[in-house]
Amino acid sequence: MPVIVRKLIQLVVVFVVVTFFTVLLISLIPGKPEQVVIPFGTNAQRQAFRQDVGLDKSIPEQWAKWVNNFAHGDMGNYYQSSGKRPVGPDIRRAIPVSLLLLLYVQVLSLLVAIPLGVYSAFRANSRTDRFINTSAFAMIAMPNFALALLLSYYVGVRLGWVPPEGYTPIEKGVVDHFKSMVLPTITLSVGLIAVYMRLLRSDMIQTLQEDYILMAKAKGISNRRVLWRHALRPSSLTLLTVAGINIGALIGGAVVIEYLFSVPGMGYLIGVAIATRQYIALQSAIAVVAIGFVLVNFFIDFLYNVLDPRIRERAT
Amino acid sequence: MSDFLEQVDETELGLTTPHPHADGQPYSEVPTEEQEGGATRRKLPFGTYLASAWLILLLFSVTFTKLLPLDDPNQSFPGLKEVAPFNDPAHILGGDGNGRDMLSRVIWGGRISMLVAVSAVLFGLIIGGTLGLLSGFYRGKVGNVLVSLFDILLAIPPLVLALALVAVLKGDPTKDNGLPTVSILIFALGIVSVPVLARITRANTLAWGQREFVLAARAQGAKNSRLIIREILPNVLPAMISISLLGIAVAIIAEGGLGILGVSVEPPTATWGTIINTGRTSLRDAPFIVFIPCFAIFFTVLALNYLGDVVRDRFDVRESAL
Repeated sequence: MPVIVRKLIQLVVVFVVVTFFTVLLISLIPGKPEQVVIPFGTNAQRQAFRQDVGLDKSIPEQWAKWVNNFAHGDMGNYYQSSGKRPVGPDIRRAIPVSLLLLLYVQVLSLLVAIPLGVYSAFRANSRTDRFINTSAFAMIAMPNFALALLLSYYVGVRLGWVPPEGYTPIEKGVVDHFKSMVLPTITLSVGLIAVYMRLLRSDMIQTLQEDYILMAKAKGISNRRVLWRHALRPSSLTLLTVAGINIGALIGGAVVIEYLFSVPGMGYLIGVAIATRQYIALQSAIAVVAIGFVLVNFFIDFLYNVLDPRIRERAT
Repeated sequence: MSDFLEQVDETELGLTTPHPHADGQPYSEVPTEEQEGGATRRKLPFGTYLASAWLILLLFSVTFTKLLPLDDPNQSFPGLKEVAPFNDPAHILGGDGNGRDMLSRVIWGGRISMLVAVSAVLFGLIIGGTLGLLSGFYRGKVGNVLVSLFDILLAIPPLVLALALVAVLKGDPTKDNGLPTVSILIFALGIVSVPVLARITRANTLAWGQREFVLAARAQGAKNSRLIIREILPNVLPAMISISLLGIAVAIIAEGGLGILGVSVEPPTATWGTIINTGRTSLRDAPFIVFIPCFAIFFTVLALNYLGDVVRDRFDVRESAL
């Protein structure tokens, strides 16, 4: 069986299990779900909720109904005692904001981590290298919400350079947009920079001992060119995979950070849904995030197969 | 509760007191690779003592909290509202937004945060470790099924999964539905750590299971259970301990995140996460309320990560043998 077919089957299985789990979430609520979701509603509203979710049906039927709705863009409703409101539009608004944040974070992390990693590999065990390594170690241990609150207080409140929280869409002013995204981006990048940098460093130290590096040096190619052209390339593949794997951690971290900085992405939506006990919204948001995560992993895996012939051969 | 914490305390001590064979002698059969900092392999790096000192201090104070001369963490003192640290000799770390003693709240909060983190990882270790050992030992069908199971669990971002489980299992907070929040937190964070611990255990079991001494034991007629428990487990244990230390660190951070989102233990009970959450409202005027638990988390995570690395370096743990 070709690798791609096997991977696709895997993808479908994971998709089914993940959506099944999200459907199961509502049944996990202790007591009567409709009571918990609409504590102040009327009986008619609660009945409508049972109807919408299909609580009287079996779990597989609930799942089929849910997947069908989801595929048609119906992501359930917010239920309040005043009535209900669809979740779909909110999620469609939140996704681009989160993607933008993830993009900024990945770009900033790679921009900082690659030069640092290359340099500390080149000067391995020097004083600078040890300093960079130690700081990276501390950075990994820094909880991102702690960093968020520190930045929000010192840069946002005390220095007043950027707003301590809130979000400006890019259409409403490019400068304001970047100002509102600076702190969340830095917060999420710091840990990633440390991870990428340490990884690239250890990878490149190995690469730099290869014969072809010696050969390149012997030909009189400058250090800069050897580092950037000959050594970085083979190491970039590992970096790519790790960047992909880290998207999952990033999405998790982004929940708290978006919530703290009031950036209206998926994380903020999840946070608000939890705080207001909107379990249907929570269910849909988690499904969207998990599916996105599964797709990214699939794509990275696929790319990795295409890029590195050694893996392709091992698989077949 | 204190049983859990004391157990960990002993493990930590066991790791740091150099026992007679700590210089790697009994493990000399492990093929050693060229490692950075190879010269310092025999001596424990200085940071080890700092890290263990902090953890011992922390574990001591969260285990024997009741015996410490602390104020009631939920008692409001008049005039202590948002008093900065080191201003009032009776309340060294100052007071929070409700005039409660910060030192007492951070220690009592640490008690619950640590209980949750340590128990969650123990939970994950018992289930994930067992599954990992079994799937690494019985390769083939059983192994494949288990590995696909881990992969699926890993397909959901862990923090989001934990968040969903806690939020849903807590249900209606105004009604008592039997399960205390602490056990829900332990369960959710434990479930999330199962696939991670299982994968590492499996990878190491795969590597050790093919060694000659296992074959020799099998040739002498040892049963599978003996092979797993007496031959493989002792060798896989360093990897499990190392990843568990990192896991506890991750769980502490996760509790903080859950606290910020308001799904940790209900107020007024303090955990590190809930102190941060309630302190956020007075971030402008009294930022120390938020920063004190933040730094408690930071130092603890730093110490755990460091010790995890020390164990890994010392025992040459491989994580990528999958």
